[in-house]
Amino acid sequence: MAQPAAQGKKLKMKGDGAWGYAFIAVALVIYALFTAYPVVKAFLVSFQEYKPLGSTYVGFDNYVSSFHSALFWKAIRNTVVYTVLTVPVALVLSFAIAIMILPLRKSMQTAFKAIYYLPVVASGVALSVVWLWIYDPLPAGIFNQLIHLFGAHNQNWLGSSATSMLSLVIMSWLSSHGASIIIYLAALLGIDESYYEAADIDGATFWQKLWHIVIPCLKPTTLFLLVTGVIGSFQVFQNAYLMTGGGPDHATTMVGLLIFDNAFKYFEFGKAAAQSLVLAFIIAIISLIQFKFLGKDVEY
Amino acid sequence: MALYNNHAGNRSYKRNLRNGIIMALLLVFALATLFPIYFMVISTFGDPVEAGAVSYSLWPAKFTFASYKFFFDYSEYSFRWIWNSLIVAGSVMVFNVIFATMAGFAFSKLRFKGRSLLFTMLLVAMMIPYQVTQVPLYILIVNIFDIQNTYGALILPGLVTVYNIFLAKQFMSSIPNEILESAKVEGANQFQIYWKIIMPLSKTVMAVMAILTFMDSWNTFFWPFLVTNTMDMQTIQVGLKNFRFANTTYFSPMMAGATVSALPMFILFFSLQKYFLEGVTVGAVKG
Repeated sequence: MAQPAAQGKKLKMKGDGAWGYAFIAVALVIYALFTAYPVVKAFLVSFQEYKPLGSTYVGFDNYVSSFHSALFWKAIRNTVVYTVLTVPVALVLSFAIAIMILPLRKSMQTAFKAIYYLPVVASGVALSVVWLWIYDPLPAGIFNQLIHLFGAHNQNWLGSSATSMLSLVIMSWLSSHGASIIIYLAALLGIDESYYEAADIDGATFWQKLWHIVIPCLKPTTLFLLVTGVIGSFQVFQNAYLMTGGGPDHATTMVGLLIFDNAFKYFEFGKAAAQSLVLAFIIAIISLIQFKFLGKDVEY
Repeated sequence: MALYNNHAGNRSYKRNLRNGIIMALLLVFALATLFPIYFMVISTFGDPVEAGAVSYSLWPAKFTFASYKFFFDYSEYSFRWIWNSLIVAGSVMVFNVIFATMAGFAFSKLRFKGRSLLFTMLLVAMMIPYQVTQVPLYILIVNIFDIQNTYGALILPGLVTVYNIFLAKQFMSSIPNEILESAKVEGANQFQIYWKIIMPLSKTVMAVMAILTFMDSWNTFFWPFLVTNTMDMQTIQVGLKNFRFANTTYFSPMMAGATVSALPMFILFFSLQKYFLEGVTVGAVKG
């Protein structure tokens, strides 16, 4: 009895296998062509001086020259500064807003979620156009008018190396927390009521509940947003490219922008490939560290 | 709601006070968040004058659509850019939904050799920064396939998105196997199961995928910027950039262009808000 049954199962699995490959065939071909092949190619190109017709092998030259380039380190420093100034603020802000939305009626919750999410659906190019004019130095743009109210003088916000990074940071602070707010809110609504009930019996205050229940319960969400936020911030390119072009004096040259410039301004594909792999390595290390230190008691 | 203390009875004024303060704070932050968008839209109604004459008012002295006319007259390709964006975002959306649901079905419901290895390979791809693939991808499209400046170059690399496969797989894992088995007993083959059972049950995740993919593709600037070199093949985002650099002194036509590029997404957002907001949490919150 057991023999035919096992055989039947085996046969069915065989059929499934063919179907399985048929269903993933297209995805696999596209993946191989437009993701796997480029990654392998990036490795190869990073050891070459790339020319469309016949590249030359240069060993680790592209890596060595990058590590000896002051601009490369400056770009890394700029990226780190930008990340440190934007990601934690984004986390705290979206957490605070999610907490404040929580006690409202369902319809109000939806309304606020929609309001905060709206800037996310506008394109980055459109928003950068607007912010260029908000920061406009002459005639005094809205932002300069605003700081006049506090007695400050006109600044050439994007045009001065002292303020250009700060300008990009402020722009990030005031836009696009929509997704994080919604994610935090969903996680908040998922916390088991019985924790609060137990705390109420013990006479816990709002702040005690926040500290001892909400923050520990939201740790996986915070970790998720932190890791994705840092990864995203390290790849940041578009705002710097469109708003400042990396200047003035490379004050806003991020790693992503430097790689772009090397590839598509100076056509040094080998150098760009090498630097992109260094970036991938840095991102992998940061993610590992975050999971190691913060993920200890997080269950997935 | 039990995070917040319930002030009942004669202490209800406390609850009202608390909710009032919360609402005020939320509104202040909402104003700050919406200000750039408000500023963008409101500026388009002013006269298309040069920057020196702009007054930066928060409320226009008069309403005129002259800036929109200026924007569309500025380039003979203004409409073409929107059309290109529609074609690219539309086809990327359709193919993504088809291929991602097919792959998601295979990865969640079919047993085949190398399944978990292949899926892990896909997931690893999600962690690779796009800077790594951008240069080789550009070489591939421009030097090897020689299809720069075509719809093929704009669409092909976006046909399959690993994130969508991941979403589809996660969602379909929750469809009970019993349904599929009974269909099998009835004599359905795997394609019929996919078409008649999986697809109808996955409508929500398909809608979410479609909307988010369309939005990403519509808003993308970088890739179309790289692979197009004539005005007639550019998408609206790239066209907008030309406009900004060619015409930085004209403030309100520039804002009109920005508004035009964002308007389709705003309309979609307001009509399909539920799917947008749902989509954000699909991959991020477990349970």
